Amino acid sequence: MRHWLPVLIAVLAACVPLVAHSHFLVNLATLTVFSAFLGQCWNISGGFGGLTSFGHAAFFGVGAYADAVIQTRWGISPWASLPLAVVLGAVLGAAIGFAASRAGLRGSYFALVTLAVAEVLRVIASASPITQGGLGILIKLNVTPGNFQFSDDRVFYGLAFLMLALSMAVAQWLTMSRFGTQLAAVRENEDAARALGVAIVRTKSAALALSGGLTALGGVLYVQMFLYVDPNIAFGADRTVEMLLVAMIGGAGTVWGPVLGAILLHVVADTSRIAIDAPGFAPMLYGVILLLIVGFLPKGVAGLKGWFVRA
Amino acid sequence: MPDAPLLAVSGLSKTFGGLAAVKSVALDVPAGGIVALVGPNGAGKTTSFAMICGFIRPDAGRVCLAGQDVTGWRPDQVAAAGMVRTFQITQPFAGLTVMENIRVGAYLRIANRAAATQAARDVGTRLGLGPMLDRPAAALTVAGRKRLEVARAVATRPRLLLLDEVMAGLNPTEINEIVGLIRQVQADGVTILLIEHVMQAVTALADKVYVLAEGALIGAGTPREIAGNPAVIEAYLGHGAAARMGG
Repeated sequence: MRHWLPVLIAVLAACVPLVAHSHFLVNLATLTVFSAFLGQCWNISGGFGGLTSFGHAAFFGVGAYADAVIQTRWGISPWASLPLAVVLGAVLGAAIGFAASRAGLRGSYFALVTLAVAEVLRVIASASPITQGGLGILIKLNVTPGNFQFSDDRVFYGLAFLMLALSMAVAQWLTMSRFGTQLAAVRENEDAARALGVAIVRTKSAALALSGGLTALGGVLYVQMFLYVDPNIAFGADRTVEMLLVAMIGGAGTVWGPVLGAILLHVVADTSRIAIDAPGFAPMLYGVILLLIVGFLPKGVAGLKGWFVRA
Repeated sequence: MPDAPLLAVSGLSKTFGGLAAVKSVALDVPAGGIVALVGPNGAGKTTSFAMICGFIRPDAGRVCLAGQDVTGWRPDQVAAAGMVRTFQITQPFAGLTVMENIRVGAYLRIANRAAATQAARDVGTRLGLGPMLDRPAAALTVAGRKRLEVARAVATRPRLLLLDEVMAGLNPTEINEIVGLIRQVQADGVTILLIEHVMQAVTALADKVYVLAEGALIGAGTPREIAGNPAVIEAYLGHGAAARMGG
């Protein structure tokens, strides 16, 4: 079962655009896949590396703004700003990783520092003329593939799907490589890892650079899909919360956890929205889910597998 | 004049607040030998270890490994240079299997996954963890965890292994097994410096013993010489003990 199930899910997911003609279904599928991708980005550093970041929106926002600013200011194609956005996200990740691990910040202290970075960036984006402050940046509608704009929603679904595949390949690599093993060692016990020759600062910085670069890629796709970005969309805490929730519900530190988490979260959130459509209900629901997961299912839904195997 | 020692420590000192934890400690570990560092609780043995391996920066002193000054290096750099420690309070990677724990050590010298896995399995089997290799490290007994500490360190292919009380908390049978295991590691060409409270083991293993009390070296010699050294007896049994025993 272990071997054909992932393949089946992948094939089914790839077929969604062929069968689904309604915008609603394609959008739902795109957002779920995108959410799984972002969750996987968080998972790379947060799940595999134990770096519980509360500020991944910083990477997402840097990618989104890099893309939006470059194409509106200088008229450069978003395809060209994409690699730059990824590099910026990676550099920010490496910088945070370097500074925080040099200072020996772990656990909740690390979470606070990352949260602060995202908030500072949000404030800067709200005040700076380059980002057009709280107004946000609107991308001119000009639907051509050269502009990274597509008339068919299903193209975005395909792109999100490819990005998810990429992030999962990275996660899979982490379970099999020397770097992944060293990252797990750092997560489990820093002192023991150092004694065995693992360079802590370098390992953590690299994990955050990897995660940050991929998350910035997500920011680029978001801007191209919605053609708009503002400080709250880019750097808001809800973005981070959703990312870590997706990873933790599904199972942090597992390859398939974020996929499970995204499916569950979107099913729960979207159906509950039909029942109760009050502002602020979704974040409240997220909070309750997070509490339940941390309290009763610390390994996420993927951890349930162990229950059945043991029983 | 014999060959230069593999590890040469001189003038090593550390003060915590007003407390001089380690005072100008000097010791040599010849290549291929087993040297023990003993002393009462709080004598500064573990602090000395931590300074030798780069976990604590010494206030003064020098640590030379094979003629290279490694004072102030980071622990991972020291490990890469060939000196690896174990912990008195075992520090397993609890979420990983026994084999994966050992493989973290093996990855220091081997980048290839299959080769590192094989090396980890070999080391684990050789050190008596064979049946436990695919179990979670958290499932090990105390004795098993001590073995795991040694196995992980050995998997890094060190030149010098620093063992911090690997026998503490073990029963006599387990101690005999660990003594055999240490002999085996030495026979594979690894030099060993160990901190130990179990004198039976020190006597069985060590070529040379350094005695630390209240942060300072008070004696050095073969296990037999140390056992008869009045300063050492006093450090362990109290002032005047040597005279009473002698009388």
